[in-house]
Amino acid sequence: MSMSVPAEVAAMPAGIETPALPEDIRSEPRAVRWVVIGLATLFLGLFIMLPLVNVFTQAFSKGWAAYGAALVDADALAAIELTLIVAAISVGANTVMGLVMAWTLTKFEFRGKSLLITLVDLPFSVSPVIAGLVFVLLFGAQGTFGPWLIDHGWKIVFAWPGIALATIFVTFPFVARELIPLMQEQGTQEEEAAVTLGASGLRTFLRVTLPNVKWALLYGVLLCNARSMGEFGAVSVVSGHVRGETNTMPLHIEILYNEYQFQASFAVASLLALLAVVTLLAKTALEARIGRRHGH
Amino acid sequence: MSFSFRRLAFAALIAALAAPVAAPQPSRAADVDILNVSYDPTRELYVAINKAFAEKYKAETGKTVAFKQSHGGSGKQARSVIDGLDADVVTLALAYDIDAIADKGLIAADWQKRLPQNASPYTSTIVFLVRKGNPKGIKDWGDLVKPGVQVITPNPKTSGGARWNYLAAWAWALKQPGGSPETAKAFVGNLYKNVPVLDTGARGSTVTFTERGVGDVLLAWENEAFLSKKEFGDDKFDIVVPSISILAEPPVAVVDKVVDRKGTRAVAEEYLKFLYTKEGQDIAAQNFYRPRDPEVAKKYENVFPKVDLVTIDDPAFGGWRNAQKTHFSDGGVFDSIYTN
Repeated sequence: MSMSVPAEVAAMPAGIETPALPEDIRSEPRAVRWVVIGLATLFLGLFIMLPLVNVFTQAFSKGWAAYGAALVDADALAAIELTLIVAAISVGANTVMGLVMAWTLTKFEFRGKSLLITLVDLPFSVSPVIAGLVFVLLFGAQGTFGPWLIDHGWKIVFAWPGIALATIFVTFPFVARELIPLMQEQGTQEEEAAVTLGASGLRTFLRVTLPNVKWALLYGVLLCNARSMGEFGAVSVVSGHVRGETNTMPLHIEILYNEYQFQASFAVASLLALLAVVTLLAKTALEARIGRRHGH
Repeated sequence: MSFSFRRLAFAALIAALAAPVAAPQPSRAADVDILNVSYDPTRELYVAINKAFAEKYKAETGKTVAFKQSHGGSGKQARSVIDGLDADVVTLALAYDIDAIADKGLIAADWQKRLPQNASPYTSTIVFLVRKGNPKGIKDWGDLVKPGVQVITPNPKTSGGARWNYLAAWAWALKQPGGSPETAKAFVGNLYKNVPVLDTGARGSTVTFTERGVGDVLLAWENEAFLSKKEFGDDKFDIVVPSISILAEPPVAVVDKVVDRKGTRAVAEEYLKFLYTKEGQDIAAQNFYRPRDPEVAKKYENVFPKVDLVTIDDPAFGGWRNAQKTHFSDGGVFDSIYTN
């Protein structure tokens, strides 16, 4: 199986139109179609595009120089650095754990499997504030493990490890959730064939399973990354809000806003928004590929 | 276009492996690091204090000291220090929040005796910030319960300023003809019926009122009210001084357990003493906190309006521990008026 993507697929523009639908599905009167399309466009424009445009307008309200100054401010740089580090850690951890989870849950049969599948979704259903508080209760100075850890010079909450832990918790389901349905659909036949032909478990995983899910995996990684960078609630609880040290970009934005530095706050916000836009474009490109590969 | 998944996966793996190595805090050039965990409106004050102290310390000892600040609702900040936020000093909105930290053994119980004037180097009070021209005609506490007046104040459960607001309102109601704890409770209850949103800290409420334009009157720290006028211009807001308010004493303390572990006690103590010097008092006054030093106070006497001030040690309240227990603890008076 070749790992490289055919050139014509790679060159395909993002958001390509889906194959023409049968005529009977689109048989509503032209007027109804236009009203629905108009409403959807209006809604998107008002609720999504307008705020986004506003962020950038505010960010540049004092010109390029002020915009740049807000981003190279020492506290802003520290926040950007911490955000990138935390995102790298949580994406790394959740990619590995997501793969392990999906592999375990879809290729093997065991008791308690359905319970485990439910647990994967837990971080989505729990409020981020609670996700943060859980770590304070575990690793805080009054917590279960906190006193021992602090005595041994380990700082978890109110330091970067706590922020990373909370982010990993909140973003855990993204990769696993992308992989599980796809791997379930694919079944175990190809793996069984590989094992029959004498491949080891690791080789089967690397040469059969992984290539089969690579685009879905990348899609999950992108979503996980976007949420890692943007997470506010859980991180806010474990951060301690020490400027230049434990503030991530979303927290730094809030601080600037509360200090009447509106332009600076929007400048940092625009950087975060830009990351979201890049993620979105990458996601659209990926969707085109996945759709092409699996024909839906 | 060659787009290799393997290469991408490799890059991601390298990034994931490299991150924990890169993550430990970069070494700082400063000889000493001091973390000041403070309440909401003191951001600007401590930026100025830290700068002045660092210069003085450098000139006197040749050593550099780097400051870090954390701000939030006073009660929330105390909770973070209790949970392990490594504050060398706490500069909070009211004594009870430092008592709460002391109760957990992080600060000596007699902390309020270690520095002059109840360990409060500056004071403040509660005033009203209204929209320019005072369109709702708000003159005193009694006007806040009128129908159609929206009052902005933070949540007394998490904010120190909000607790001072509440107690100032209580004190006014008590001093009215025929005033009693029952009439005071009814008055404060009516006041909170006019509050559309409870933010967690004073700065959140200020932003709600000034930037988001919600409400007719903000119950604010005097310093916060002055700062809002300074930030947004004199043509946006007016300050209304009520007939009675409360003497707010925001206290400071060294967190013994932290400074002894980090070996920063000497600098931390110097830092808090600096707040009482002429220079420190002058900076406080410039940031609209009422200075304690009589000479500095004289210099700024035209800035701060004269108000009839009740203290927390007034028999009506009986000190912070008592006031906290009666009014703000679970099942206290605030719970009974706000949930009904």
